Amino acid sequence: MDAKHARHDSTEKSLTSELTPEPQEPEALTPEELAAQWEAEAAEPAGPIANLLSSLVVLGLSIAGMALSVGLGLGTPAAPAAGMWPFVISLIAAVMAVAQIIVGRAGGRDGEKFSALSWYAVIGFATLILMVVLMPIIGFEIPSLLLCFVWMRWLGGERWRSATIYSILIVAAFYAIFIAALGTTIPRLF
Amino acid sequence: MEFFGPVLDGFNVVLDPTNLLYCLLGVVVGMLIGVLPGLGPAATIAILLPMTYGVEPVTAIIMLAGIFYGAQYGGTITSVLLRLPGEASSVVTVFDGYVMAKQGRAGAALGIAAIGSFFGATISIIGLTFLAPLVASFALDFGPPEYTALAMLGILLVATISGGTKIKAIIAAAVGLFLATIGRDGFTGAERFTFGNLSLADGIDFVPIAMGLFGLGEILYNLEERHRAANAPVKVSKVWPQRKDIKEASGAIGRGSVLGFFLGILPGGGATIASLASYAMEKKTAKDPSRFGKGAIEGVAGPESANNAAATSSFIPLLTLGIPANATMAIIFGALLIQGITPGPQLINDNPQLFWGVVNSMYIGNILLLIMSIPLIGVFVKILRVRAAILAPITALITMLGAYTIRNSMFDVLLVVLFGAIGYLMKKFGFEPGPLVLAFVLGSLLESNLRRSLLVLEGDPTGFFTRPISATLLVLFIFVAVWPVIKSGIEKRKAGSLASTIASEKEKENA
Repeated sequence: MDAKHARHDSTEKSLTSELTPEPQEPEALTPEELAAQWEAEAAEPAGPIANLLSSLVVLGLSIAGMALSVGLGLGTPAAPAAGMWPFVISLIAAVMAVAQIIVGRAGGRDGEKFSALSWYAVIGFATLILMVVLMPIIGFEIPSLLLCFVWMRWLGGERWRSATIYSILIVAAFYAIFIAALGTTIPRLF
Repeated sequence: MEFFGPVLDGFNVVLDPTNLLYCLLGVVVGMLIGVLPGLGPAATIAILLPMTYGVEPVTAIIMLAGIFYGAQYGGTITSVLLRLPGEASSVVTVFDGYVMAKQGRAGAALGIAAIGSFFGATISIIGLTFLAPLVASFALDFGPPEYTALAMLGILLVATISGGTKIKAIIAAAVGLFLATIGRDGFTGAERFTFGNLSLADGIDFVPIAMGLFGLGEILYNLEERHRAANAPVKVSKVWPQRKDIKEASGAIGRGSVLGFFLGILPGGGATIASLASYAMEKKTAKDPSRFGKGAIEGVAGPESANNAAATSSFIPLLTLGIPANATMAIIFGALLIQGITPGPQLINDNPQLFWGVVNSMYIGNILLLIMSIPLIGVFVKILRVRAAILAPITALITMLGAYTIRNSMFDVLLVVLFGAIGYLMKKFGFEPGPLVLAFVLGSLLESNLRRSLLVLEGDPTGFFTRPISATLLVLFIFVAVWPVIKSGIEKRKAGSLASTIASEKEKENA
C-alpha cells in the first residue's frame, strides 16, 4: 500500500511539476509565510480577456432577457405584468456586467486561467456526457466502468492494475447498492 | 411547561431508531468530507439530495444538518495534521494547530478542538432553543413588504460576503433570480421563457441545479486542481488534552462560542467569518499576543468553538424566517421545499415535531462527533490515505445515478451534467455558484412578495419606507450595497487583513 502510494505521488508530481513548486523548501510556519506560500501556489487569475468575455456573455444574455421581458409586457408599478420582474433583474445584471467590464479591465484577482490541466476537466465532462448517451442503450455498468477507469488511470494517475481493480470493485459496489439493495430502476445490462 | 412541552417531544422524534441512524449517517459523512479535501459540505449535501426523497422530512433534514456541522469537526483534522484546511472555516486553525502538531502536541490540538467544537455547538443549540421561538413570533407579523426587504437583504449579504468580486456575485444572484422566473407566472398565468417547452412550464427544478452547480461543478474543478499529495500524517497520541491545556483554552472556548453564535445568525455570516473573528479576538485579548502563530492553544480552541457555534446558529434564520443565511442553508431550504415544507415563522407552531426534532438531533449529533473525534480519531486519520483519484469517480457516479433516481429521467441527469459544466466555468471565470443557488431558491418568494407589496402600496415604492421594519431592512440593504465602494476607498490606503484574504482564497476553492 505504501509503495503504491509513493509511486502514485511521484507520477502526480511529474504531472504537475511545471505548475506547483516542490514543497521541499523549509516549511512556512508563521501566518504571513503561509499566506505567501498559498498565494504563490494559487492558480493565476483569469485575466482581463476572460473578464471581458464573461462580462460580455452576461451583458448579451441580460439584453436578451430584457427583450423577452418586454415581449411579456411590463405593466405599471401598481399593476405589474409578467415581464416586469424579469426585466428589472435583467437590467441589474446588464448594469453589473458593464460595471465589471470597467472595474475588471485590468484583470483583477478572481477566476483562474485555463491551463494544460483544464483538459482533464474537459475529458471528465466528455466521459459524463458519454455516460448520459450510453446509459439508456447499454445500461449503466459498462459506461460506469469506463468512467471509473478513465478517471483513475488518465485523470488521476493510478497504475493500470489498481485502476482496473478499483473500477471493477466500485461498479460492483454500485450494482449491489443501487440495483440489489435499493431496487432502483436505473437502466442496466444485467 | 407550555414552552418545554414541544421541546421535550422533539427528543422523542430524535430517539426514533430511523432518525438516530440518519443522524449517525449524517455526522459520519460530514466528518468524512471534512477530513477529505475537495468536496465541501454544500457540494456533499447537494449530491446527496436524492437520498432525501424516500424518507420523512424530519429524518432528511436531521441527516443533512449532521453533514453540515459534522464537516466543521472533520475540517480541523487536516488543518492540524497536514496544514491543509479541509474547510474554509478551518483555515485559521492551521496557524496554531499545525505548529502544535510540529511540537508533538497534535493530540492536544485535536482534542481541544473537539471539546471546543462540542461546547460551541451545545451553547449554540441552547441559544437556538430560546431565541428561535422569539424570532419566529416577531416575524409572524411580517407582511409582504417586510419579506421583500428581508429576502433582498439576505441575497445581497450572501453575495457581498462570499469570496471573489462583489459585482460578479451580484451577477450570479441576478442569474439565479432570473432562472427562478422560468415557467408559469403565478399571478397572471403567463408562460415565461419556456419557448413552448412543456417540461419548462413548471419551472426548472432546484435539485438538478444544486447537484450540477455545487456537486458536479466542484468534481470537475477538482479534476484539474491537483491536491498536493498528503504527507505521512504526524503521529497522533494523547488526544485527551491535559488539565493545563483545558484551563488555558476555556476562556477562548467560551468567547468563541458566544461570538460564533451571534455571527452565525447574520445572513451571509456563518462558520468562516466566525472562526476568523474569533482568532482575531483571541489575539487581541491575549496577554502575550506574540504566542499566536507559535502554537497557542487558544488559537485553535477559539476559532473551532466559534465555527461550530455559527454552523448551528445559522439554522435560526432558515427555520424561523425562511431565509437561508448561506449556500449550504439554501440547499437545506431546497430540501425542505421538496418535502412540501416551507420554512418560515409558522414552522415552529405548524410543525413542532420537525422543528424540535431537527434542533434536538444536534445534541445527539454533537455527542456522536465528540466520540468520533476523540477516541476514534485514528480511524479518520487513516482515511486521509484514500487517494483523490479513486474518490473522484465514486462521487461522480453517486451524483449521476442519484440524479437518475429522482424521477427516473435521463433528462435530469443531462441537466445535472450541463449545470456541472456551467458550475465549473463559473468557478474558472470568478463567479460564485453560492449566490446563484441562494437567489434561485428565494426567487419566487421575493417576486411574489414584491408584487403583493406593490399591490398593497398601490405601486408606490416609497411605501416600503413607511413601515418601520421594512424601512430598517431597506436602509441596511442600501448600506450594505454602498459599503464596498466606501470600503475599497479606505482599503486602497490600507492593506486588507491577512487572514481574511487567505480565507476568501480557500472559500473560492471549496465553497
